[in-house]
Amino acid sequence: MSPDFDRRDFIRLVGAGAAATLAGCVMGPPKPVGRVIVIGGGFGGATVSKYLRMWSEGAIQVFMIEREAKFVSCPLSNLILGGSRNIAQNTFGYERLQKNHGVAVVQGEIAEIDTAKRVVKFKSNKYGNLTYDRVVLAPGIDFLYDQIPGLNTPEAQRRVPHAWKAGEQTVALRNQLEAMQDGGVFVFSIPKAPYRCPPGPYERVCQVADYFKRAKPRSKVVVLDANPQITSKGKLFQAAWDTLYKGYIDYQPNQEAKDVDLRTMTVKTEFDSIKGDVLNVVPPQTAGAIAHAAGVVTANNRWCEVNWLTAESTVVPNVHVIGDATQSAPGMPKSGSMANQQGKLAAAAIVALTTGKPVNQTPMINNTCYSYVSATEAMHVTSVHHWDAAKKTLLPVFGAGGVSPSSSALEKQFADGWALNIWNDALG
Amino acid sequence: MKCCLPLAAALMVLPLTTHAQAPDPLLGRNLAASCAMCHGTDGRSAGITEPLAGRPAKEIVATLRLFREGKKPATIMNQIVKGYTDAQVEAIAEYFSDQKPAGK
Repeated sequence: MSPDFDRRDFIRLVGAGAAATLAGCVMGPPKPVGRVIVIGGGFGGATVSKYLRMWSEGAIQVFMIEREAKFVSCPLSNLILGGSRNIAQNTFGYERLQKNHGVAVVQGEIAEIDTAKRVVKFKSNKYGNLTYDRVVLAPGIDFLYDQIPGLNTPEAQRRVPHAWKAGEQTVALRNQLEAMQDGGVFVFSIPKAPYRCPPGPYERVCQVADYFKRAKPRSKVVVLDANPQITSKGKLFQAAWDTLYKGYIDYQPNQEAKDVDLRTMTVKTEFDSIKGDVLNVVPPQTAGAIAHAAGVVTANNRWCEVNWLTAESTVVPNVHVIGDATQSAPGMPKSGSMANQQGKLAAAAIVALTTGKPVNQTPMINNTCYSYVSATEAMHVTSVHHWDAAKKTLLPVFGAGGVSPSSSALEKQFADGWALNIWNDALG
Repeated sequence: MKCCLPLAAALMVLPLTTHAQAPDPLLGRNLAASCAMCHGTDGRSAGITEPLAGRPAKEIVATLRLFREGKKPATIMNQIVKGYTDAQVEAIAEYFSDQKPAGK
């Protein structure tokens, strides 16, 4: 619970209309024209909450329900493994969403959504139920541990971190790397695409190799990639590995982790057992549990299909889904950058739908992901996506976008600038 | 909105049988929102990336044209600008020029 928002505030808010009781409304709040509940406070959820308030000029009441007390950024979290950042530098509060924009930020967890009655039910009965006009699900990912049976216990998940949601797990993995002796082997397993952050695994390989090069030069990184090749920025990562980290990285494509044996500290693939001193297995992923509970998971029992004009679920009305939980349109990565852009697309559509205005029929979004190949150099991949009226989806604009010619110190500065601005855009 | 004057003039000479669609007043806002992750909310950048809020629209359009034509050194803007039409670039530039710069 955020310190300045307690149960009494909550009741007053539900009863009286959010805008009236929140700071930042000098002119006096307009009468609420609708209530939107946003579930999840990551890049997508925080952004949609802020922009709903901004673009409705305070007329839409927004509750943002988030399990964690603070936002921890996945982008730039691999640098914590490399040692050039710490977790505090990636951690931010939600105070500004509340103070500057009048978003009612509630720390809590939703157990269930009755999409027929338009009610969300909290796990704790402290808050009871909350009705909505529209709900936005931005739950991110959950892991499919049943596909790696040896990891299906809390104890195993502590010993073999995924570190694919930034926070405790990132710190745990960094601690294991620091505790490892020089000459040790770090085994890192990447799931089949689609997964959160396509270039993220290869950036992690760079960051851990960078740490080894400086601190433990006899150590090795073994990469077990379930994919046939590097998923994103392939040539650029290969170049970084060949020039900066020659001799440190053993990259094995088509090696899908099937199980983990904690006793022998091995990762098992179809034909091999690979032993390591530190294991980091990123399991296959699916939309966060609340999306499953709401009945909006439609693709492969893993992701949520939406109408990309509004981000509304194709199967349940008044339920919108954004971010990594969605079934991505062609060429659309699961990234914080994309979630931020989808949040604004959804906000614009929801404000229009709530106020009886036409929905934008030509939405455009773009994606920019930077990867840090060391503590001092970065590179990017970018794409622009527009609405294709014939195919009724967002598609990459032909001839636009691309990757860096190579990593550079200048792009490291732009990557830092991107992080600062996207954090502010979502949370400020 | 300066951008609408030539358009309004053009509409007046259209035959009355043609139903001309009014330009979406939120087009610039919606398009400009896609720039915010690098350039800050409403163009108020906090980092090394160029702030755009309050910059003259003409200057933004001219700079983006140089990026598109490869006449200005770039890392990423040359690749992104190719995804937007001239009309979209103008709508974005108009929107940013109307925004208050940071700290003002």
